[in-house]
Amino acid sequence: MIISNSSYNLKNSKFLNHFIIILKENPITFFAFLMLFFFLICAIFGPYIVPYDPLETNAKIALQPPSINHLFGTDNLGRDVFSRVIVATRLDLTISVLAVLMSFIIGSVLGAIAGYWGGWLDVFLSRILDTIMAFPLFVLAMGIVAALGNTIENIIYATAIINIPFYARLVRAEVNIRREASFVHAAKMAGNSEIKILAIHIFPNTLPPMMVQVSLNLGWAILNAAGLSFIGLGVRPPTPEWGIMVAEGANFIISGEWWLALFPGLWLMIAVLTFNLLGDGLRDIFDPRKRL
Amino acid sequence: MKKKFPKLHAALLRSAQSVPVLIGVVVISFVLTRALPGDPAVYFAGAAADEQSINEIRIAMGLDKTLYEQFFVYVNNLLDGNLGTSLSTGQPVLSDLIKRLPASLELTILSLVLSCFVSIPLGILAATRPDTWVDHLCRFFVTAGVSLPTFFTGILLIYIFYYILGISPSPIGRLDFIYLEPDIVTGFYLIDTAISNDWDTWFGAAKQLILPSITLALFTLAPIARMTRASMLTILSSEFIRTAKAAGLSNGKVLFSYALRNAFLPVITTLGMVFSFALGANVLVEKVFAWPGIGSYAVEALIVSDYAAVQGFVLSMAIMFVILNLLIDLIYMVIDPRIGFGSK
Amino acid sequence: MLSVQNLNVTFNTRKGVVNAVEGISFNLKKGEILGIVGESGSGKSVTCFALMKILDQTGVIKANEIVYSGMDLQNASEKEMIDIRGREISMIFQNPRTSLNPIRKIGKQIEDVLKQHSQANRYNAKQKAIEALKAVKIKNPENRYYSYPFELSGGMCQRVVCAIALACDPRLLIADEPTTGLDITTQKAVMDLIKDLIISRNMSSIFITHDLGLASEYCDRIIVMKDGHIVEKGLTHDIFTSPKHPYTHKLVNATPRPGKSIRSLLPSEIKKQEVQHTIQKETIIEVRNLSKFFPGQFGPIHAVKNISFKIKKGESVGLVGESGCGKSTTSGILSRLIDASEGEIIFDKQNISSLTSKNFSKNPIRSDIQMVFQDATESLNPRYTARQSISDPLKNLTNMNNEKINTKVIEASNLVGLPLNLLDRLPHQLSGGQKARVGIARAIILSPKLLILDEPTASLDVSIQAIILNLLVDLRAKLGMSYLFVSHDLHVVQLLCDYIIVMKDGVIIEQGNSHQIISNPKENYTKSLLEASPKPPKITKAS
Repeated sequence: MIISNSSYNLKNSKFLNHFIIILKENPITFFAFLMLFFFLICAIFGPYIVPYDPLETNAKIALQPPSINHLFGTDNLGRDVFSRVIVATRLDLTISVLAVLMSFIIGSVLGAIAGYWGGWLDVFLSRILDTIMAFPLFVLAMGIVAALGNTIENIIYATAIINIPFYARLVRAEVNIRREASFVHAAKMAGNSEIKILAIHIFPNTLPPMMVQVSLNLGWAILNAAGLSFIGLGVRPPTPEWGIMVAEGANFIISGEWWLALFPGLWLMIAVLTFNLLGDGLRDIFDPRKRL
Repeated sequence: MKKKFPKLHAALLRSAQSVPVLIGVVVISFVLTRALPGDPAVYFAGAAADEQSINEIRIAMGLDKTLYEQFFVYVNNLLDGNLGTSLSTGQPVLSDLIKRLPASLELTILSLVLSCFVSIPLGILAATRPDTWVDHLCRFFVTAGVSLPTFFTGILLIYIFYYILGISPSPIGRLDFIYLEPDIVTGFYLIDTAISNDWDTWFGAAKQLILPSITLALFTLAPIARMTRASMLTILSSEFIRTAKAAGLSNGKVLFSYALRNAFLPVITTLGMVFSFALGANVLVEKVFAWPGIGSYAVEALIVSDYAAVQGFVLSMAIMFVILNLLIDLIYMVIDPRIGFGSK
Repeated sequence: MLSVQNLNVTFNTRKGVVNAVEGISFNLKKGEILGIVGESGSGKSVTCFALMKILDQTGVIKANEIVYSGMDLQNASEKEMIDIRGREISMIFQNPRTSLNPIRKIGKQIEDVLKQHSQANRYNAKQKAIEALKAVKIKNPENRYYSYPFELSGGMCQRVVCAIALACDPRLLIADEPTTGLDITTQKAVMDLIKDLIISRNMSSIFITHDLGLASEYCDRIIVMKDGHIVEKGLTHDIFTSPKHPYTHKLVNATPRPGKSIRSLLPSEIKKQEVQHTIQKETIIEVRNLSKFFPGQFGPIHAVKNISFKIKKGESVGLVGESGCGKSTTSGILSRLIDASEGEIIFDKQNISSLTSKNFSKNPIRSDIQMVFQDATESLNPRYTARQSISDPLKNLTNMNNEKINTKVIEASNLVGLPLNLLDRLPHQLSGGQKARVGIARAIILSPKLLILDEPTASLDVSIQAIILNLLVDLRAKLGMSYLFVSHDLHVVQLLCDYIIVMKDGVIIEQGNSHQIISNPKENYTKSLLEASPKPPKITKAS
């Protein structure tokens, strides 16, 4: 006789097995997870493991090309570019994770409510979402940060706000599709209340397509934050952040000192690429139908 | 009305939907202007204003009235075309924007066209040859494309093609200073120089356009290719394609008359979104290439805290975008015969 | 005319090489209608796709010979095949609406085929297209030429598909389940049309179907396939009256038709005892003057118009009608998923129509009315194991602890014949029949008084259907439930139900004892329904 407890454990260990199988089947996903792990290490332990203090200036060794001592060279104030790039990971990842988390939670709740109950609530919400989406995204971020002030918190809020419509729209559409499915009717027959149906039956089934969006968004949020810093919003010197480093380094490219801008830019690109590659893998992991 | 002219009805409905959005846009813009630090009157009066004219502006803007009344003043100003005065140029914001808009439009439109030329065939090719090297190449491009920071690619391209290879002109704007600006007819240099038969300047303008439009195009390549590929894949595996093949229609006919037309519909809606991305990325590209468009106008304004200009920029971009989306939706309605009949 | 010897089709999938069909050999004579019959997964469609060479790119065809009128199809180039398709051999498919290009006028679609095979040029194409539409008996073909598929009904779409297939006068027509999803009367009209056209043009035809009854009515010879092999070949009459292979016997046996009992649908190995169910005098549910309006595009739609009927305790009532008749709406209202617009529902002496559907989930009566859904796959939460799905009603509507719930789940699984080791599987890891059992287990676990079954066997293979129908008979005898069995298949309803209600356009056309309705229908509509359902011949040879 199987007792209910062990069936729960069985399901969890099945999830782990499934996870490992997906990794084995998809070398790209495996690679992406590896890279993610690497970036997480940089973010968490960055300041402790870098060779130089990212803020320490030393005019004597300014603008030196990459060498054994300074893997990525030094910038115009003599700071070690490598250390700055690694330490910047924490800031950029934090901004994007917090922003995406906020917009995911708020967007999902709003979208689920609108998609399930419809009616004037849906119409009202759709108009608001349309309005937010009417602003070209980067432009709105600029406007918000310009109005509220040039701080990192405001970048997070701005990025979160402009991302809400994506989640809300996606969740609304997915909930709408499933609302009339037989398993929802069956859940009603089984005595589930409407909230329970939405939260436990419908919403978890919308997760697979959402996962792709989440990872794409993480990448996009990093790009957004970097872009805003590039034009002078948000992060201010001397804080190390990939966007602002590219901005500062841009001035020196014309005169041939390429390493100031290249390395942070490259790092930025790889981080975003990691999240984008992760997207498909995440969907496979969360979709129960992919389990053999 | 619904029965006789379902399409007209659907079109009017869709147009009507834009109205609350426009209202919302104006409201948000208003909120943003009022959320500014400091005294809005000072910013809107301009740098040359003295105490008295600032007070006059304050009364004219209704800052001494309630927020509600202020909103109406704001809207009135908007309807008059008054977006305030720019601190840095001293000109009304609206005329600044109008002067600089063609530069941005020329760049964005050119890069969109370029992008479509590459991404759409790429998407189609990838969909018709799944799991081949073409398909993998397409997916690689797509993923790499959405990962690229536009400002970075711009800088990289400048470094490679200008600094190292020396084949690109220096990135200092729309025309090198050895050329004279053409007479402004449309504001689009490529068109204006062609109109006045000034082919030297035409080449000069074209040369300057190459790198920035490629940079912007790289950015928009990815979503268009991805959507085209996905849409084609769905259509190609649908039943009516199988019927067409079973009826002996040639591969060419199946692809072009049957598959493409159906696949294009979602691509058109994607274009609207892509345009939105492009308008945002515009800002970055214009900064990198010193392009005198509205994007760089806004960035410069931001740096000097010229808030009237920034808010004017945000509002006008949003309005343009709403109108653009409306146009795209209307075009879609014309093309798809199913719209207006309540069928999915 | 067509000779196939030793056809093998394999597919290269990520999991390795899969054999779709093996060793298929058959002949087709001129003017003959050959039926290929089998359950899902038997390979009948793959065989014909291979003939036409329209398989997926991953499919590999190997055969000793595929010869059509002297032409070697197996080694034909793509160019030659393009010429043959549509002009010599045509194919029509299952879902007529999705078989047509949704954004192209149907007249143009016919013209495309005509022009491709040089049967028309710019000047006469339109006229020939209109003629093609006339040939398939579409009314007002000159105007219909300009229509889009979404403006046509399912039956009309199928006629258009036929028009496209027959436009260039092919010699061979392959029809792959052309009437699945169509109403019974439309089905008959379409099949009669196809048969007329085939005979009048002296064509041959291959007719693929899972419906043996249909095959028996329209085919001269039949091939039975199972798991990619041919199991039996023969004349229609022989196959049905004296099937040789045990699988054929099982299939023929399982096809419901007049004169059969539920038990006799089962194969001989699992013969069960007859069971009785008692019908009591009291009513379990009564419906009075029920109406339902839906908001529509051009005004309210009157889905159900003033219907009244009763179900007694222990009785099984069949609700029959074609699509759009209102039977699904009615069952939705009775199960309290939808609210009625007007009228009353009295359940066990209580008026339940006053309780809104939103609040009904908390009501104790909820456990007395349960439902089995049409598509078992869709009715199971893809993230819930079978155990979780079955125990869900207990968790919500009772206060049982986990151990008691578990016991109940095992009890229910045993009742429906679901092997216990499948309880921890997810729906996509279960077969169609197993999923159906999970759905039934979930519905009966609360021992409901009224079980509403909404076309529960519509998506099942005929042999699985036989098993599930028998299961329903056993359950009702054991648990004393009343049934409301909604279906479009009169034969099945007659086997299972004591009382039949016939609906059309939201109204009850006729109702009465099943024997009476079937043997002596009063209304014309009922008569036309009975006439339209296929009637296979009886087995004469003893098993």
